[in-house]
Amino acid sequence: MTQRVVILGGGTGGTLGANRLQRSLGSDVEITVVDQDDRHVYQPGLLFVPFGMADPDEIERPRHRQLRQGVEFIESEIDWVDLEAQEVHVENGTTLGYDVLIVATGARLVPEETEGLEGPGWGEKVFTFYTPEGAEALSHALDAFDGGRLVVNVVDMPIKCPVAPLEFCFLADAYFTERGIRDRVEINYATPLDGAFTKPIASEHLGGMLEERNIELTTEFNTGEVDGVGGRLIGYDGREVPFDLAVVIPLHGGAEYVGRSPGLGDELDFVPTDEHTLQSKSAPNVFVIGDAANVPASKAGSVTHFEGETLVSNVEHFLAGEPLEAGFDGHANCFIETGYRKALLIDFNYETEPLPGHYPGPVGLPLLKESRLNHLGKLLFQSVYWHSLLPGRDLPGVGAVMPMSGKHRSIPEED
Amino acid sequence: MPTETVAGAVVDRNEEGFFTDATQWTEAMAPELARAEGIDELTDAHWQVIRFMRQEYFEKGTGPTVRMLGKTSGVTVKELYQLFPKGPAKIAARIAGIPKPRGCI
Repeated sequence: MTQRVVILGGGTGGTLGANRLQRSLGSDVEITVVDQDDRHVYQPGLLFVPFGMADPDEIERPRHRQLRQGVEFIESEIDWVDLEAQEVHVENGTTLGYDVLIVATGARLVPEETEGLEGPGWGEKVFTFYTPEGAEALSHALDAFDGGRLVVNVVDMPIKCPVAPLEFCFLADAYFTERGIRDRVEINYATPLDGAFTKPIASEHLGGMLEERNIELTTEFNTGEVDGVGGRLIGYDGREVPFDLAVVIPLHGGAEYVGRSPGLGDELDFVPTDEHTLQSKSAPNVFVIGDAANVPASKAGSVTHFEGETLVSNVEHFLAGEPLEAGFDGHANCFIETGYRKALLIDFNYETEPLPGHYPGPVGLPLLKESRLNHLGKLLFQSVYWHSLLPGRDLPGVGAVMPMSGKHRSIPEED
Repeated sequence: MPTETVAGAVVDRNEEGFFTDATQWTEAMAPELARAEGIDELTDAHWQVIRFMRQEYFEKGTGPTVRMLGKTSGVTVKELYQLFPKGPAKIAARIAGIPKPRGCI
């Protein structure tokens, strides 16, 4: 009998999951992907839009075109999931029954949860680059900015791509330097963390890079209110960070329908998920991939990509009535753009923090070290994303499990 | 890992002052732990947060973040900062004797 797999979300995880499952199981399964729109954005590209290094049109394609033949695509808002009846109610009135449900609806920005963030000054002095529209509006604001205080602020974790705000700081430093006005711009990075990043060795390294670039770091800052008219971030502890231009990464939550589906999500609408099998804790026939899961990994495309293998084999095991594999190790890697056409690369998992060395082995891309090669890698990755990663092909040399060869546990000297 | 004495009992805490074994904690330790964080008196509201932190920790394996606390503890984020001015999630976790909340990845 044909089994029905419904995938909620046609982004990175939903698309690569659908394509891998379809390739592997063919006509044994009927796969349906549901998304509220047909715009698939290559989100790493958003970082480059404010600096005129990418055009919003270049980083967007139709979702349905990324799916293999035989995968059905439904464009509709999702109303709610009835875990007991094993049905998804979508807003065009249809009900979709499933044998297995895959939640892949990612994270949602919730700027409305921060007082004043969307108030007066939003879109004039206060921006975000986490949406295509926001990134484009910010590019005009940066063009018009001749000097003053630029503040880059993360309201609270978790956020998508936790290194992106740091990359924004590095690129802003290079951008203003190239425009010849760096001496007229103060850059401040205000973060709720106690350092530049979450993991100690990388945090120290990235903190040093902020200092070298004369970027101030304000730590343990929890934004309570944004005063867009007065140009101030006001912390819950009473501290204030003044700005002429603020780039704010708003709070994140899971998709809204998760909150409308009894028993599916947590307080932030993320789905409680086993961090190794990717089976949800809400129901045995519900699996989760990507940012929608509450697993203790970065919310990032690379994590989603590495989860793909485990997700697909466990869905297959589940449909066959076999035990699941605890296959996912929390593997993440990211290119961190550092300006002046250089980037560094970090690679880590649940157990091992980002370490220096080379990836994927002793001969490979340098880790935790700026290089032009890493910058080229970052630029080339967009093509890999559309042509290999989304179709669900294995990338040569890039395994799902984090490699340890090529890494060492001390900080290398700079050349 | 440093072993130390709190309210007459031996406990294990890490270098950041978080308990590594939440079962070593007793309510009698809270006032002493609070004073070390600059909180002279624990009010009912402090206790509400402390008990909530422990309950969440034992249910979910990690203490809540400030934002989760604001949504679920019955105390708003603003009030949480009044109770624990130096950072509610961290300070309350230390006083409540649970490991560091792993909210930030």
